[in-house]
Amino acid sequence: MSAPDFQQDFFQLLGLPQNFRLDNALLEQHYHALQEQVHPDKFSHLSEAERRVSMQWATRVNEAYQTLSNPAMRARYLLSLRGIDIQDENNTAMPAEFLMEQMEWREAIEEARQARDAAGLDKLEARLQHDMYGLETQLAARIDDSRDYVEAAGDVRKLRFMEKLAQEIASALDAIDTD
Amino acid sequence: MALLQISEPGLSPAPHEHRLAVGIDLGTTNSLVATVRNGISVVLNDENGRALLPSVVRYLADGSTRVGEAAQTVQSEDPANTIISVKRFMGRGLSDIGGVNGLPYRFVDAPGMVQLRTVAGVKSPVEVSAEILKVLRARAEAALGGSLTGAVITVPAYFDDAQRQATKDAAKLAGLNVLRLLNEPTAAAIAYGLDNAAEGLYAVYDLGGGTFDISILKLSRGVFEVLAANGNSALGGDDFDHRIYCWLLEKNGLSALGASDTRLLLTRARAAKEELTEHAETRVTAILQSGEAIDTVLARQDFHDMSQNLVARTLQPMRRALRDAGLKVEDIKGVVMVGGATRMPQVQRAVAEFFGQAPLTNLDPDKVVALGAAIQANVLAGNRGGDDWLLLDVIPLSLGIETMGGLSEKIIPRNSTIPTARAQDFTTFRDGQTAMSIHVVQGERELVSDCRSLAKFELRGIPPMVAGAARIRITFQVDADGLLNVSARELGSGVEAAITVKPSYGLSDTEITRMLQDSSQYAQDDMQLRTLREHQVEARQLLEAVQNALEQDGTELLDETEQTRIRGSMDELRALLQTDDHHAIKRAITRLNDATTAFAQARMDKSVSRALGGRKLTDLEI
Ligand SMILES: Nc1ncnc2c1ncn2[C@@H]1O[C@H](COP(=O)(O)OP(=O)(O)OP(=O)(O)O)[C@@H](O)[C@H]1O
Ligand SMILES: [Mg+2]
Repeated sequence: MSAPDFQQDFFQLLGLPQNFRLDNALLEQHYHALQEQVHPDKFSHLSEAERRVSMQWATRVNEAYQTLSNPAMRARYLLSLRGIDIQDENNTAMPAEFLMEQMEWREAIEEARQARDAAGLDKLEARLQHDMYGLETQLAARIDDSRDYVEAAGDVRKLRFMEKLAQEIASALDAIDTD
Repeated sequence: MALLQISEPGLSPAPHEHRLAVGIDLGTTNSLVATVRNGISVVLNDENGRALLPSVVRYLADGSTRVGEAAQTVQSEDPANTIISVKRFMGRGLSDIGGVNGLPYRFVDAPGMVQLRTVAGVKSPVEVSAEILKVLRARAEAALGGSLTGAVITVPAYFDDAQRQATKDAAKLAGLNVLRLLNEPTAAAIAYGLDNAAEGLYAVYDLGGGTFDISILKLSRGVFEVLAANGNSALGGDDFDHRIYCWLLEKNGLSALGASDTRLLLTRARAAKEELTEHAETRVTAILQSGEAIDTVLARQDFHDMSQNLVARTLQPMRRALRDAGLKVEDIKGVVMVGGATRMPQVQRAVAEFFGQAPLTNLDPDKVVALGAAIQANVLAGNRGGDDWLLLDVIPLSLGIETMGGLSEKIIPRNSTIPTARAQDFTTFRDGQTAMSIHVVQGERELVSDCRSLAKFELRGIPPMVAGAARIRITFQVDADGLLNVSARELGSGVEAAITVKPSYGLSDTEITRMLQDSSQYAQDDMQLRTLREHQVEARQLLEAVQNALEQDGTELLDETEQTRIRGSMDELRALLQTDDHHAIKRAITRLNDATTAFAQARMDKSVSRALGGRKLTDLEI
């Protein structure tokens, strides 16, 4: 069972320029237009071969959309296309100051979780979103304007740390919610 | 009057004719079937004009069954052989089901899924559900005058893989070709959205007899995109009945009732609950086996108090779904209410309070799911209506694999749009290791023991190498039904390890065949004939599909030799259709499918590049 040969990268597939800055409305519009063509619902009355190809394509289009619609994933993917591995798996060389901040965040989240303080967690989340947005703006300048990929890779690593914090806040809120 | 065209049983209608397809809402309490007729989705009634078929199956000693009303009315006379709310047992082990002690059944603790001992033998929930589906299938075939091309079966959005697989197996057992498993709230959104030309962010709140779902959808220009789904597959109207039942026991100083008294009081409790939707109080009367008479008045306010925390339990999934969708309550434009239990005023009030707006109740909460499923079935069967729309649904629960220390590592997060896939590489731990075992689980919790175990499988035939040298890529693919498939490949040697992951609770094709044979309805000859008919239908549809594809794109995308090869396979299949050798027909179908794979890919490439308005993507600025 051979898979289709996907030659295009995600940007090409979704008909978007290979930039970090992105027209979200256009991304969504193209995503829908593509799924309109490849989604399994359009092939269920056709041959098994066509159904299989459809599932592979729809899976690929979903993966592309998921990657490009998330800023950290998009940046990581884009840098990998330009030959930069952000090495988020085995990177210990984060600035000490940043790591300190991370610890403070963790403590604040844990404290709010213990105190079952949903409003506090919401505030932390808003602050985190704000910080992440700032980092994304910087990332856009570094990738699209100055093409400073090494610095950008550091930003992406930070962004991924912050995403983990966002997940922790979400699971703390879930935990508080569990009766 | 126009003459009705009726095709020979078991044969699909001629090309381009309307294909008979239905949507089936297989509910905990009630089931129903709908179809699209003259462009309008309608529910098909039984010969007495009733739309809802009570999801109740009674087994008799001679092996026959009564389904629906006929079974429901005698349930307290023969509770052990009259199965109600079987949906709660689908894909569930004995330990997963709460409150089994209060139930009148003789449970058999089978691996994966619980079974029930009846006068007609041991039955799995899949078989019980199949009895309900058979009745609906017969109803539809009688009403539509032909055999069905296929059916869309709805499932609660929060159903896990085991529950979905069980539902699909039940449909197969009932002789239905499953076009798709569709999430119930999504089905409701289709019916509601198309009817009202709705645009924007909507929540669907579905509280039925046994399950609760909440889905958040974005509706825009014919696209139905599910952003998040959450729920509780063991919370519904039944639980409200149970509260009243417990209250009745307490009020009347009763304990340890027999099975038939329990059924009787539960039935009365349900009637009381429904009464309280319209009235401020209701009177519950019953005569127990002992002759003791029950006569108790229940006030609405007392009922609301005793069921308050059940209503509250629906709020938590709502908050989670909103959070997962990254939305606030203010973002939600409308709340669609689905399921009979949403008629309860306290539920409507709680939902209104939560969303800060009155929920939409201008549709029939009992029927909207089936109506939406029928619309989807019509499209999937290939009966194109003028209006085209697209459905993007999600997987409700994360999929993970067991890692060291009994932890679940998430490989596909909840609310991922389906179909979706994830490949993960594994390596060996010891020198010369030739096998490894993988445990797939579903759920949000960290500990594997808190998640639902989906499948444990062993990968064998890894070429012996030093520890850590092998690269085994395992691909987890979730299809458009939300069902998981796993395949594995050793990357170095290219050995495709032949594993099919049939979850431990799923039925193998042989088991389904055996069950079909077991049911007295099918003699051995019937089975042969049935298989032959199925393959013939499949072959004709395939030939038609390939013929159409060749007409559209054959000359453009294929060279002379490729066309000849495909036409050769088609001729071969056509010739075999004149015989009754179903094995040979099946093999020819497979060959034709194989012969057209490259063509299918080329066609898809073509439509993909046309999708974005024919622009050449490489021309775009980089
Ligand atoms: N007027 C009413 N007031 C209160 N409850 C009602 C009313 N009418 C129906 N119900 C309840 O609705 C439930 C059945 O709803 P429905 O038919 O939507 O469920 P279902 O589709 O069979 O179940 P599920 O979707 O959970 O599988 C029952 O518990 C029934 O008592
Ligand atoms: Mg329902």
